[in-house]
Amino acid sequence: MIDFLHQNGLALLIAFPLLSAFLIPLIEKISKSLRNIYILFAVFSTTSLAMFLAQSIFAFGPLVYTMGAQHPGLTMPSGLTIPVRIILLADAFSAFMIVSSSIALIASAIYSLGSVKRSLGKYFSLFFVMSASIFGIICTGDLFNLFVFIEICSIASAGLVAFRKEKAESTIAAYNYLIVSSIASLMILFSIGIIYGQYGVLNMAAVAKLIKFSFVDNFAIVLLVSGLALKCGAVPLHFWVPDAYGRAPSGISAFLVVASQASLYALFRVSFTLFGAFFLIKLLSLAIIVLGVLSMFVGVTMALAQKDIKKLMAYHSMSQTGYMLLGVGLGLYSINTPLSDVGFFAMAGGLFHIINNAMYKGLLFLTAGAIIYATGQRDLNKLGGLARKMPYTTIFFMIGAAAIAGLPPTNGFASKLLIYESAFIFNPILSIVALIVSVFTLVSFVKIFCSAFLGPERNEFKNIKEVPCAMHFAMAFLSVLIILFGIFPDLILNAIVKPAASALLNSLAYMGAVF
Amino acid sequence: MLIGFYAIIFRRNLIKIAMGVSIIASGINLFLIAIGYRHEGVVPIFTSAAIKAGEAQAKMVLPVPQALTLTSIVISLAVTALMLSFAVVIYKKTNTLDIKEIKEALNID
Repeated sequence: MIDFLHQNGLALLIAFPLLSAFLIPLIEKISKSLRNIYILFAVFSTTSLAMFLAQSIFAFGPLVYTMGAQHPGLTMPSGLTIPVRIILLADAFSAFMIVSSSIALIASAIYSLGSVKRSLGKYFSLFFVMSASIFGIICTGDLFNLFVFIEICSIASAGLVAFRKEKAESTIAAYNYLIVSSIASLMILFSIGIIYGQYGVLNMAAVAKLIKFSFVDNFAIVLLVSGLALKCGAVPLHFWVPDAYGRAPSGISAFLVVASQASLYALFRVSFTLFGAFFLIKLLSLAIIVLGVLSMFVGVTMALAQKDIKKLMAYHSMSQTGYMLLGVGLGLYSINTPLSDVGFFAMAGGLFHIINNAMYKGLLFLTAGAIIYATGQRDLNKLGGLARKMPYTTIFFMIGAAAIAGLPPTNGFASKLLIYESAFIFNPILSIVALIVSVFTLVSFVKIFCSAFLGPERNEFKNIKEVPCAMHFAMAFLSVLIILFGIFPDLILNAIVKPAASALLNSLAYMGAVF
Repeated sequence: MLIGFYAIIFRRNLIKIAMGVSIIASGINLFLIAIGYRHEGVVPIFTSAAIKAGEAQAKMVLPVPQALTLTSIVISLAVTALMLSFAVVIYKKTNTLDIKEIKEALNID
């Protein structure tokens, strides 16, 4: 059984959520409570499969699954020197992303069971399609499949953003999101076409081996990187973020964070593995660093001016993406330089921030959702005095806000400290900007806290109650993880973050898994 | 493709924007097919190559780009359908398809 899972797990990780997505409407025909039980079963078995796979990747090295071969490990059919089959390939970095997205998956699924009131079946069908495509983006070793999964992800998430179709705003947000992401993925497809036209392979490891960085390749690189940056919402290409995050149901905003992190994964994977030996890599990494700093600063300054609670948080998730880009960009910049040790720490910080962000950003979106669920009001000026009515939500919000502002003892502190320290060695200005952004983040969350939770009780909120216990459970789950990750950062760093960073740097090992 | 970009950037009608996206998609599909072109190639079916094999080596057109194109046609169909259905929902709510009028109707900044 264990052996079977070990060999076929990667395919199952994508196939199982996809199957569940189409089973749920059928089961719903039989009975509604059976459907809820099945949803819980599917969520837990997906996450436990994901955890099992991640654990075995950390223990035994990269996993390979070749579609349609006699044996999953058989990457090359006899007599051929290039991998022609579709290959799923997960190394330690993929395992790291699997862990981070399955944490968010379980929290937002449980939350949604409590908060979504009608057409739960349709909601979860889309939800599972989306999670299958996220795992697909993370596990695939094939450029074209990367495009297919990105496109599936954007279709499913556009459907979920538009889920509250009685409001025209959410439909418009979904329309914008769909336009932007389909243009982004068409750019990606175009660059994949260019690469295929030159080398005749689509496998990432094979392309990395063959690539020669001709002029046309440079064009493909620019298209690919800008397409992926568009998808993950870095600053000059950020305009779709606030609407899509702000208008989606809250469980989905928390999961959209993971979806854009999956595109971030693809960006890092492409720039390290495919273009790691690129002679313009300094330029590329500088571009990533500049994007990161811009996203941080612009995101947080625009957040300060917002009144809508979820839009405010959406702008913050832009600025958090900036931290990750900064950390990993510094790591990319320092490959083969004397500073590579420091760069490694910057990268570890950036990656650690990915998993932390998935948790606290998810938690904050969930608390915002709880506020909207209980009061029906999303304007900060019209909220107030909720701390008396919703004590648990208040506590969870405080934990999330402390984490995003980087206060000890939360996980945000641990990863931000790594980024500050290593960025300071490169250029003090970078870490000063990062610190200022952090202070602004704290300011705007104090603002939410004061105007929503503190203050006198408002008459119109006399009768509100706490939210259902499924929502509490999801928020408590994330809060506990945030505190644990904050108290034992070394444990997490050594167990999953550092292997992920070194796997990302060592693209030869990634190629070795195929050849 | 450039025509599609023009449509997306300068048109204010939701349906025309959706058309722009699908024009870009068709442009890229054409590009993918063009990659697979080989001078005097035959259909990439194994048996038809074998028939021609009598007269020197028969060249086949690359099959992979055709598979890619097929997939991307399906995907762009899904995207277009979803976009148009969003446009229908928006039209039902606001009675207009013009972006500016929609913004005025909903007071979005």
